[in-house]
Amino acid sequence: MSAKDPRLLVRPAPLLKQSLTTSMAMRDVVLALAPATLAGIWLFGLGALLVLSASIAGCLLTEWAFSPPDERRAKMRDGSGFITGLLLGLTLPPGLPMWMAFLGGVVAIGLGKLIWGGLGYNLFNPALVGRAFLLGTFPVAMTSWSVRSDVTSFFDVPGSILAFPFMHPGYDGVSAATPLGLMKFQDQSTPLWDLVIGNTGGSIGETSGLLLILGGVFLLVRRDLDWRIPASTLLATAVFSLVLFLVDAERFPGPLFSIFSGGLLLGAIYMATDPVTSPMTPWGAWIFGIGVGLLVVLIRVFGGFPEGVMYAILLMNAATPLIDRYLQPRVFGKGIKTE
Amino acid sequence: MALKTKALATLFRRSFAHGVHPNDHKVLTAELPVQRMPFVGRYVLPLNQHLGVPAKPVVMPGQRVHRGQRIAEPAAFVSTSLHSPVTGWVRAIGRRRAPGGQFSQAIEIEADPYATQRLDVEHLPSWRSLSPDEFVSVLQDSGIVGLGGAALPAHVKYSLREGVRIKYLIANGAECEPYLTNDHRVMVERTDALLRGIEILQTRLGAEETIIGIERNKPDAIESLRRRIRSGQSIRVEPLRVKYPQGDSKMMIKSLLGIEVPAGLHAADLGIIMNNVSTIAAIADWLDSGMPYIDRMVTVSGPGVERPSNLVVPLGTPVREVLRFCGGLSPDTREVIMGGPMMGTPIASLDAPVIKSSSGILAFTAAETARPREYPCIRCGRCVEACPYFLNPSRLARLAKARMYEEMKRIQVTECVECGSCTYSCPSGIPIVQLIRTAKRALRSHKRGGS
Repeated sequence: MSAKDPRLLVRPAPLLKQSLTTSMAMRDVVLALAPATLAGIWLFGLGALLVLSASIAGCLLTEWAFSPPDERRAKMRDGSGFITGLLLGLTLPPGLPMWMAFLGGVVAIGLGKLIWGGLGYNLFNPALVGRAFLLGTFPVAMTSWSVRSDVTSFFDVPGSILAFPFMHPGYDGVSAATPLGLMKFQDQSTPLWDLVIGNTGGSIGETSGLLLILGGVFLLVRRDLDWRIPASTLLATAVFSLVLFLVDAERFPGPLFSIFSGGLLLGAIYMATDPVTSPMTPWGAWIFGIGVGLLVVLIRVFGGFPEGVMYAILLMNAATPLIDRYLQPRVFGKGIKTE
Repeated sequence: MALKTKALATLFRRSFAHGVHPNDHKVLTAELPVQRMPFVGRYVLPLNQHLGVPAKPVVMPGQRVHRGQRIAEPAAFVSTSLHSPVTGWVRAIGRRRAPGGQFSQAIEIEADPYATQRLDVEHLPSWRSLSPDEFVSVLQDSGIVGLGGAALPAHVKYSLREGVRIKYLIANGAECEPYLTNDHRVMVERTDALLRGIEILQTRLGAEETIIGIERNKPDAIESLRRRIRSGQSIRVEPLRVKYPQGDSKMMIKSLLGIEVPAGLHAADLGIIMNNVSTIAAIADWLDSGMPYIDRMVTVSGPGVERPSNLVVPLGTPVREVLRFCGGLSPDTREVIMGGPMMGTPIASLDAPVIKSSSGILAFTAAETARPREYPCIRCGRCVEACPYFLNPSRLARLAKARMYEEMKRIQVTECVECGSCTYSCPSGIPIVQLIRTAKRALRSHKRGGS
C-alpha cells in the first residue's frame, strides 16, 4: 500500500445501510402524537401542558440520572424517554397535580424500563407502568376529570395542578365524568360525534379519536407501525362488544362507542404497538391484539373501573415472550413434503 | 378488467416474500458499453479463486506462458483449472494476499510487453459428441466458475446423480446487488453468446424449458433477449420484481416457478439447474471457440470512482490498475469493495488482484460508509420482515451475543444464506448478519472438532 492510497475501511458485508434509525422512528411517533397532544392542551387548557411537561420531565430526569455519564447524551437523543413521558402524560387526567405526574414519570422510567436493563429489555410498557402506579397510589386524583368551562379560561390553571407535593390537592375545577364513567355508573351514552372530535371529559390525550387515528395513519405510511396490532385490537374490541351488545343492548355499549371512548385508540395505536413489549411476528401480533381487545371489553364491562385499556395492555405485555416463543414463522423450505 | 387482474396477479407471483429494497444506483453504469482493460505489467492469480480445493500449479517459475495456457489444474472434483490471462513469464509461485486479506498460494505472471497477446485457442471436440462424464470434465478444464457470487466451479452442477432428470434450466439475470451492471451488459451486448450457451446446456441436459429471470430494472436486456429468441426455442424471459435478494437461487426458483425448495435439498433434486447469465455465456465461449475463463467482466462504480465503467479485465489485474484506468479514486474514498455492496468484501489494499468472483469494484465515500451508533434492539421486527428465509434475525442476534450457539441451531440458523437484509434494515444499527456469521462459523468448527 503506497503512501497516497486512501486509508480503507475493512469490515464485513453488508456495506449498505438503510437510512432509517431508531431515533428517527421515535421522532415520527412524537410527530404523530402532536395533533392529539395539541388538541388536548386546547381542550383542557394550559394546565394540561403543565401536567405533560411534568411527566416528561420526570422521565427524562430519571433517564439522565441513572445513565452512565458517557452515555447520557445518546440516551437523551434516542427519544424513547421523551415518548414514555409524553404517552404517560397523555393518559393522565388534565387536573392532576404536577408533582404526581412527575412522580409517575420517575416510576415509568425507573421501574418500567431501567431496572429491566434499559431500552429494549423491559417486559411492560413503561408509560403504563407509571400510570398503573399512579392509579394505585392516588386513585382519587387519577379519577377526577376537570374540564375547561369555556374558551376564555385557557390560561386558568386549576389549583389542583399546582398543589404542593403530598398535600391534599383540593379539587376546585369544574369536574365531569368520562364517557365510560357516564356509561358505567349512570347508564348515560355520549354522542359519537363528541367522541370523535374529543369534546368529552377524559385524559389529556385520549379524547380526540379523529386526531389519534390521523397520527396512526401517518405512522402507517412511514412504516413505523405494525398495523396488525391496532387492527386486531380494534377489531377484537368491536367484535366482543358487538356480541355483548346483541345479547343486551340496554346494558352493554355498542362497538363504535367501545372503540371511540376511553383510551382505546390511544392505547391500541400508540401503546400496544410499542415494539419492545409486543410480539415480533405477524401471527403473534394478531394474538396480542385480540387478547388486548378481549381484556378491554371484559374489564370495562365487568370490572370495578370504567376503563380497562391499561390493564389489558399490561397483561398482554406479560404474555408477549410466550407468544413470541410459540408463534415463530415457518422457516423457508422447512416442513415441506418431498415426493 | 380481466387482463388487469391477470397483470396484477403476475406482479405478485413473480417474487418471493420479504426482502429489502435498497436504491440500486445502477444508473451510474447501466448504459455504458463494455470496454476492454489494457494489459498491465504484473498479474497475481490466487489458486483458490473458486469454492472447493485450490488448483495445483502446472508451471514453474521462470517458465514462459502464453495467453490462455493452463497454469494450474484441478486438484479434486470440486476444484477447477486456471489459465494465464497474458503472454509472459511466470515470475513466482508463492504466498500473496488474496482480496479477502488472507494469504494464499498464487502464481505471479509478468506480462511480455512485446507479445501480441493473441489468444491461441485449442480445439475442443464438439460438445454434442461428448458423453455426460466427458462433458463435465471438459467443463472443468475451462476454469469457469459460477459468476453470480459463490464461485462454485461450473462443472459441479452438471455432474448429475443417477436418475435425476432436469426439467428446467434457469438463467439467472436478476443481478439484484445494487451498483452492479455486468450481467446486465452481458445480456445486452452478448445476447447471442448467452442464447447459444442456453441452447448448448438445454440440449445437453434435455431440459424442457429455459427460463431467464431478469429484474424489471433492465428493460433493454429483457427486450434484447426477447427479440433474439427464435420461435422454435423453448426459452422464456420473465421480468421479476426489483427486490433484494431476488438473485438468490432458492428465491429465484420461488419467484419463477412458485416452488419452495425444501431445506437441505438442491435445486437439481427438483429437476432444476440454475446458472448465472454470465456463466452461461462463458460456457458458450469455451465450448464453441475454446476460450478459457481468463477475462472477468467487472463493474467499476460508486461515488468514489471518477469514471464509472463496465470493463473486461484480465484475471489477476491489480485493483489499483483498474481504478487508474477509470480515472482514479476521489480523495474522500473510504472503502473499496470487491463484489456487490450487500455480499462483497472490502479490500484492505489496492494491490489486491481481480479474481473470478470480482463482479464489481466499488468505491464508497464518507456518505455511504457512515454508520449511526448502535442502539439496543427494540424488537421492531424490521429484520423479521426482511429475512427472505423467514428466520428471526433479532432473536438470532441476541442469542449470538450471548454465545448461545446451540440454541441458534435449534431455531435454524443454518438456513441463513447471509444475504445481509437484516443488517441492512436494522434501525438500531445492530450488525445482525455479522453476528450470525460468527455463530455459524463457531458451530461449523465445533462440529469438525467434535467428530
